[in-house]
Amino acid sequence: MRRWPRALASPLLWVAALFIALLFGMPALAPLFRLAFPTVRPVIFDRASFFSLFLSHLGIVAAASGAAAAIAVALAVFATRPGGRDFRPLVTALTTVGQTFPPAAVLALAVPALGFGARPTLVALFLYGLLPIVENAIAGLEGVPPAVRNAALGMGLSSWQLLAAVELPLAAPAILAGVRVSTTIAIGTATIGSTIGALTFGTPIFDGLAGNNLPYVIEGASLVALFAILTDMIFARLERLLAPPH
Amino acid sequence: MTAANPATAGSGAGRLQLHNRVLAALIAAGAAGALAVGFVTLAPNRLVSGRPIGFVVACGPHFAAGMTALALVLLAAAVVPPRPALHRTAAIIAAALFVLVLATAGHAAASLAGAAPAAARISLGAGFWVVLGASALAVIDGLQRAGTSPWERLMFAATLAASVLLMTRSGVFDSLSLAHEYWAHRQEFAAALVRHIVLVAAAVGPALAIGLPLGVAAAHRPKLQTPLFAVLNLLQTIPSIALFGLLIAPLSALAAAWPILGSVGIGGIGMAPAIIALILYALLPIVRNAAAGIAGVDPAATEAARGMGMTARQLLWRIELPLAVPLLLAGLRIVLVQTIGLAVVAALIGAGGLGTFVFAGLGQYATGLVLLGALPTIGLALAADFLLQTVATLATGRLGR
Amino acid sequence: MIEIDRVSKSYGGRHVVDEVSLAIPEGMFCVLLGPSGSGKSTLLRMINRLVPLDGGTIRVGGEDVRRVPPEVLRRRIGYAIQSVGLFPHWRVGDNIATVPRLLRWPRRRVSERVTELLELLRLDPADYRGKYPHQLSGGEQQRVGVARALAADPDVLLMDEPFAAVDPVTRAALQAELLRIQQATGKTIVFVTHDIEEALRLAGGIAILEHGRLAQWGTPLAILEQPASAFVGEFVGGAASGLRVMALRTVADRLRPNETAAGEPLLDEASLRDALAAMIARHADRLPVIDRAGRPLGAITLADLVR
Repeated sequence: MRRWPRALASPLLWVAALFIALLFGMPALAPLFRLAFPTVRPVIFDRASFFSLFLSHLGIVAAASGAAAAIAVALAVFATRPGGRDFRPLVTALTTVGQTFPPAAVLALAVPALGFGARPTLVALFLYGLLPIVENAIAGLEGVPPAVRNAALGMGLSSWQLLAAVELPLAAPAILAGVRVSTTIAIGTATIGSTIGALTFGTPIFDGLAGNNLPYVIEGASLVALFAILTDMIFARLERLLAPPH
Repeated sequence: MTAANPATAGSGAGRLQLHNRVLAALIAAGAAGALAVGFVTLAPNRLVSGRPIGFVVACGPHFAAGMTALALVLLAAAVVPPRPALHRTAAIIAAALFVLVLATAGHAAASLAGAAPAAARISLGAGFWVVLGASALAVIDGLQRAGTSPWERLMFAATLAASVLLMTRSGVFDSLSLAHEYWAHRQEFAAALVRHIVLVAAAVGPALAIGLPLGVAAAHRPKLQTPLFAVLNLLQTIPSIALFGLLIAPLSALAAAWPILGSVGIGGIGMAPAIIALILYALLPIVRNAAAGIAGVDPAATEAARGMGMTARQLLWRIELPLAVPLLLAGLRIVLVQTIGLAVVAALIGAGGLGTFVFAGLGQYATGLVLLGALPTIGLALAADFLLQTVATLATGRLGR
Repeated sequence: MIEIDRVSKSYGGRHVVDEVSLAIPEGMFCVLLGPSGSGKSTLLRMINRLVPLDGGTIRVGGEDVRRVPPEVLRRRIGYAIQSVGLFPHWRVGDNIATVPRLLRWPRRRVSERVTELLELLRLDPADYRGKYPHQLSGGEQQRVGVARALAADPDVLLMDEPFAAVDPVTRAALQAELLRIQQATGKTIVFVTHDIEEALRLAGGIAILEHGRLAQWGTPLAILEQPASAFVGEFVGGAASGLRVMALRTVADRLRPNETAAGEPLLDEASLRDALAAMIARHADRLPVIDRAGRPLGAITLADLVR
């Protein structure tokens, strides 16, 4: 016991273990649910396996956040170049105003334009997810010390090399922080996407609310909560790895 | 941005220089949106999705000409050498365009409704939103370039809001599905709006009462910070619907055990789990900003105050809190916007509020209902943000920063 | 006025103040002098209990500082620090009025006192009363800090390197101001500094601290002419201390009465250092001496300066 690696004490590992346990082992808790809610049948969500819910939820969030990160960084780069500097105040105004829009409202507004299902969820998540990343990426890029930039140019780096080798790596922590915020919000908003037909951890929650089935609600809610916490912890670990050694 | 060239500015026959690329880009985007995508959509009834109607057909010659004329004037403003008066004028013209777009949509809906059966539903199309958005951004761009004061911007916003209100009053928008839904559900809408504001107030109030002392304590006792923020951050990552859902079970159990709670309205679903969850979500921004605000007070001022004989309480109320006000206001702003947004989701667990229209609309495939819930929510959030920003700017004026 | 009796303070086993005993009479300008880390600031802050005592006693006006609630004690003692710490959200007038208001003085009396203090520190009340700290220069802020410390008319004033962050010209002006105020009001001042010149200029008595211990306690002249240890000798300038002594002694100490000399006369209250400078400038090794009224008192020679 004494020699077990310190990694076992890591909360990340425990949360991950709990999540995986619940993800695959939820049916094992059926007796517990039956005890607490004697009048409710069925007690374990059975329309789809929790694992498939997880894959679908993960897929939507990953696709939207990934696309958002790519486009957002490109936008931020554009806004910080001499050619795009004009647009910077507008971009800032857009991101600040955009983030006052409730995510649920953005999701709801995507439906009239794009119909139902995973498509409007993806688009809404993508659009809304752009904002924190753009904001952070601009801050990160502008935070590169002018002295560093001058030194690099003075050594003969081209603007593209400057961007790729100096500015983006130095802005990476800020960009990562933005992606973390964006992804966390996306996980939550995707959950609500179940109301417009997307298959996510929200599906058991809404099925449960509609059918007065509290066990369904608890199952979906605890899984998505663990998923969100786990993702946030992974990002926090990534941020620590990326941060320059003090 | 190409600099204004004095040599060419004077010569009328010289090359035209594009001084305001942003404005030009916005005009281009607006034009593209108006022409490429449907301005309004026409559906024969509530259950079928609408057919997009193009800009020229929908608006009719007069309105189309008016909007084109304003757009061209704006384009001219983009090529003239810049000057604050110019930017202000551009902002005013863009604002006029904004109002005109709204009026055009109303007129388009009215003329289409005249020729269509009574059950037809006319909704705002993507083209409308693009042009409206572009003109709004053009207003913001003009105001930013002119370097306007907070008061001026307040006036602009108030004038625009008043115009929209006036148009609504005089029935300009009556043919739109949005208006139909509103008139059909007028009383429910008022109740939902009030309920939404009540949810926000019932959450932000207690959150301030709990969060401010916590923030002060965290600033004075650094050891408290790590565990406190760990818990609050953890709460913040949990998706809202999940937290609402997880609170239902214990609250129903409580209500079952103590029936008096049920009579007060504390039960499983409804406002109780929503308000508790909203309070928990509101804590992080408040605690974080309160702690940062107090920690940011000049240590020399604190040392001098203690040395002069202020008690800890006098120090807190006379020095620390007043100096922390800018950050406190920023936190309040974040909290208000966040809670207004989260309260939409609360409708899913029976708490009421504007979310009921959003999700009812989604369930019935009625975009008018969705907009009836979503637009006021966005409006509330923008208003709260704008108001608190103005208050914050006025408050920091005294500190000379 | 202030009795410091075998006072000690340790942090983590290390003595920051080590059994220091000192008696500061009423009306004295006492300077706590020493290099950084000598414990002088800590000792100062033990007088108004910003730092709790580990051992020993401090009595102010005969009263043990531990027997009084700290806030009450501090409102009776003026406190001015290097970074001033003016409250940025209050105007100058409100800053100065802090302690009087804490003591619940009537409004009229507070207002009059603020005017009085602004005039004392040579800041035009009409102009400065309504200004905010960020509108003032460094020197002006420090003046307001001193005014604020004097506001409730305390008998004791504690000052922790108040002029260290100011440029030399302003510092000289502030030092002169402070001396003038102290001489006019007779307050007891305890002043911390690491600047030997400042100490020699201002002090009636100097306490030199080294690693928390009292190395020497005496008048500036005593410290310069009879350093108690090698450390003290080094600290006050080592070989250069002789010139410093010349700044402290006056022509009146060394003049030959009833003798005469030719040349532009020196004032009897001029320092020996000024006399040396005058002799060098005028290429004379003997000059006449007069008093303030212009009456001839005698003469002084170059040899007298180094006697």
